[in-house]
Amino acid sequence: MDRNRNNGTKDIRLVARGVNRMPFGKFLYLLVPWLIILAIGMYAIFLCLAKGLNQTNMDNRFAFGVWIFLDLSIIALGAGAFFTGFLVYILKREELRAVLNSAVVIGFICYSGAILVLMVDVGQPLRAWFTFWHPNIHSMLTEVTFCITCYLVVLSVEYAPIVLRNKKLKEVPAFLAMQYELHRIMPVLAGVGTFLSFFHQGSLGGLFGVLQGHPFAFREGLAIWPTTFFLFIISAAAAGPSFILLTTWIASRVSRKRLVSDNVFALLARISGSLLVVYVMLKSIDTLTWLNRTVPSLGLSGIGFFLWAPFNIWILFAEIIVFGLVPSLFLLFGSGRLRTGWLVASSVMVCCGIVLNRFVMTIQTLSLPTMSFDRFMIYTPSWQEIAAFLFVVAYGVIIYSLSFRYLRLFPQEIEMKVN
Amino acid sequence: MTNGNQVKSLTGKKHNFGMVIDVDRCTGCGACMIACAVENNVPPGPVDATDRTGITLMRVYKADNGMDFPDNESVFFPVSCQQCEHHPPCVSVCPQNAVEVDPATGIVGQIPVRCLGCRYCMAACPYHARYFNWWDPVWPEGMERSLNPDVSLRMRGVVEKCNFCFHRLQAAREKAAAEGRDEIKEGEYIPACVESCPTSAMTFGDLLDEGSEVYRLAQSNGSFRILERLGTGPKIYYFSEREWVRNIAEKDPASALKRGATTD
Repeated sequence: MDRNRNNGTKDIRLVARGVNRMPFGKFLYLLVPWLIILAIGMYAIFLCLAKGLNQTNMDNRFAFGVWIFLDLSIIALGAGAFFTGFLVYILKREELRAVLNSAVVIGFICYSGAILVLMVDVGQPLRAWFTFWHPNIHSMLTEVTFCITCYLVVLSVEYAPIVLRNKKLKEVPAFLAMQYELHRIMPVLAGVGTFLSFFHQGSLGGLFGVLQGHPFAFREGLAIWPTTFFLFIISAAAAGPSFILLTTWIASRVSRKRLVSDNVFALLARISGSLLVVYVMLKSIDTLTWLNRTVPSLGLSGIGFFLWAPFNIWILFAEIIVFGLVPSLFLLFGSGRLRTGWLVASSVMVCCGIVLNRFVMTIQTLSLPTMSFDRFMIYTPSWQEIAAFLFVVAYGVIIYSLSFRYLRLFPQEIEMKVN
Repeated sequence: MTNGNQVKSLTGKKHNFGMVIDVDRCTGCGACMIACAVENNVPPGPVDATDRTGITLMRVYKADNGMDFPDNESVFFPVSCQQCEHHPPCVSVCPQNAVEVDPATGIVGQIPVRCLGCRYCMAACPYHARYFNWWDPVWPEGMERSLNPDVSLRMRGVVEKCNFCFHRLQAAREKAAAEGRDEIKEGEYIPACVESCPTSAMTFGDLLDEGSEVYRLAQSNGSFRILERLGTGPKIYYFSEREWVRNIAEKDPASALKRGATTD
C-alpha cells in the first residue's frame, strides 16, 4: 500500500521505507516560492558583500540592526537541539527521541543560518579568523564566536548520521558503518553540545549585560557574568522545546500526518512551561533589582527609559506578562488537559516573547539616548537586510523540507500511521 | 585626580594625555571637526551619506537650558572619543584586541587593520564616538594630493575613532630625539582640533603634569566630565562657569523628553 501511495514520486528510492510522501512534482511546486525568496536573498547578500554595508540602513548609532536581533532570536529558538539532546542522552527522557532528529535539523538550520548572516553583517568577513588568532578573552563576543563555531561543528556531526541513515545512502557499507560509529558517540556530543550551548546562549545575554555605557542594558551579576547571562540561558532552554513543538506541529499539518504522539507534545509543553515559569520569576526579580538598585545607583530613573515612544512601558508588560507568564501557565498546567491547538498557540506566544526580549536588548538599547543632549533614534531596515534574513528563513524551510522528505526525522511516524 | 593607566613611559616619565574644553568659549563653529577630518584623512562622504552614516571623529552637539526666549541659552559640546581610562567599554568588548590602551600615554587606540567590523565597540560606547566606514574611501580627483602622509587610510568595513592625533605625538617624539631630548616639551604635541580652535577653547596636555595648564583647568571648580557616573573615567574634561551647563553632563536623558524634546 505504501509503495502504491509513493508511486507518483520519482524519487521513491530516496524516501524512507514505510512512510508516505507527496508526489515529487507537488513537492517541487511547494518549494518554488521559497526558492524565489532564496534567490532574492542571495542577490541582497551579494550586494552587501560587493558594495558594502552601505546597502543596509544601519548607521553609526544603530551599529547593530535587524540582523543581530534576528540572529539572537533564531539562536535562542534553535536551543531545542541542545536541550532535547541533553534531555534524551543525559537525563534519559526517552520519550523525546520522537523529536530528537527534527530538533537536530532545526538546530543546524538556526545556527548555520545565524553564522551565515553574521558573515554578511561584519564589515570584513575575511578577517573572521582573527578572533581565533588573537582573541580578547575578556570579550563576551569572543566566547560567543568560539562556542557557536564549535557547536555548529557538533550539530553537523549530529546531523551526519541522520543523513547517512537515508535509504539510498545506507546501501553504501562505509556510510552505514560511519553512521553506526557516530551514533555511539552521540551522548558525548550531547554533553559537549550542552556545555557549549550554555556558554554561548549566556554570552549572547552577556553581550548586552556588560555594556556599562548603556544603563538600560547593563546588569550587575555574579563574578564576570551579568544576570542577562543566566537569563538568556534559561529563556533559550524554555523557548527551544516550544519551538520544537511548534515546528513539529507545522510539519504535521503541512504533511497531513501524525508525526508524534500527543504525550510528546504534552511533555514538550510541560518542560517549556516549567522553565518559562522559572524564567519569568527570575526576569521579574532581575527587572525589579535593575529598576530599584542598578539604575538609581547611576543617578537615573528606571522609568525614564520607558518614556520614549514607541518603546513605552507596554513593552516590559508584554515581555514578562503577556508573552511570559500567560503562556508559561498554559503550557505548565494545560499540558495534560488542553487540546494540542492551545499548546501550539502558547508555544507561539513563548517564541514571540523570546524574540521580543532579544529585540529589547538589541534595538531598544541602541535607540535610547545616553547623553542628555543626545537624541532618541529609530531605524528601519533596508530591503537588503530583510531579504538577507528571509534568505535564511527560505534556506531553513528548504533544508527542513528536504530532510523531512528523505530522512527519518520522526521515528514515531510509521507507528502513528498504523494506529 | 587621574588613576588607571599612569604607567611610566619608556623614558621613565609618566604620561596621561587629556583635554579640557571650555564650552563657555566654544561657538560651535565646527573648525575642530573640519581640522580633524583633514588631518586624519577622513574621506568626503558620498552623496547618500547622512549625519548618521558619515564619519565625524569630532562631533559638535548643541544643548540648551530648556527655557523660552529671551531666557534661552545654548551651549556646544565638541564630543570625540573620551579616552576612558577605567575599563574603557570599547576595549574589553572587542573580540580580537583591535582596541588597545597605550600604557605609556593612556591613549585608547584603534587598530583598523585588525578590526573585523563587528561594531560591538560602537554599540558599547556611550558617547557614540566610534564610526564605521560604510563606504570605500574615495577622494575627488586631485584631492588625494592633500592627504596627510603620516596617517594611514582606513578601508571599508572597519571602525575608527579619535586617537588624539597619535601620529603628531610620534612626530613630536622624533623631533625631540633629533634634538637630543628624551622627552617632548609641553605644547609640542597637540591634536589638530586643539590647534584649529579659533577661540582657544581647547587645552591639551599631560594630566599628570601638575605644572601644566590642562592639569590646572581639569582641577578647577568649573571642570566636569560627561557621563562621569558610568565610571569609565573619561580623559576629556569640559569647563563652564554656568551651573546649568555643568549639570547637563549628568542629566537624565529622559528629562529632555519631559521638556518636549523631539524623539528623532
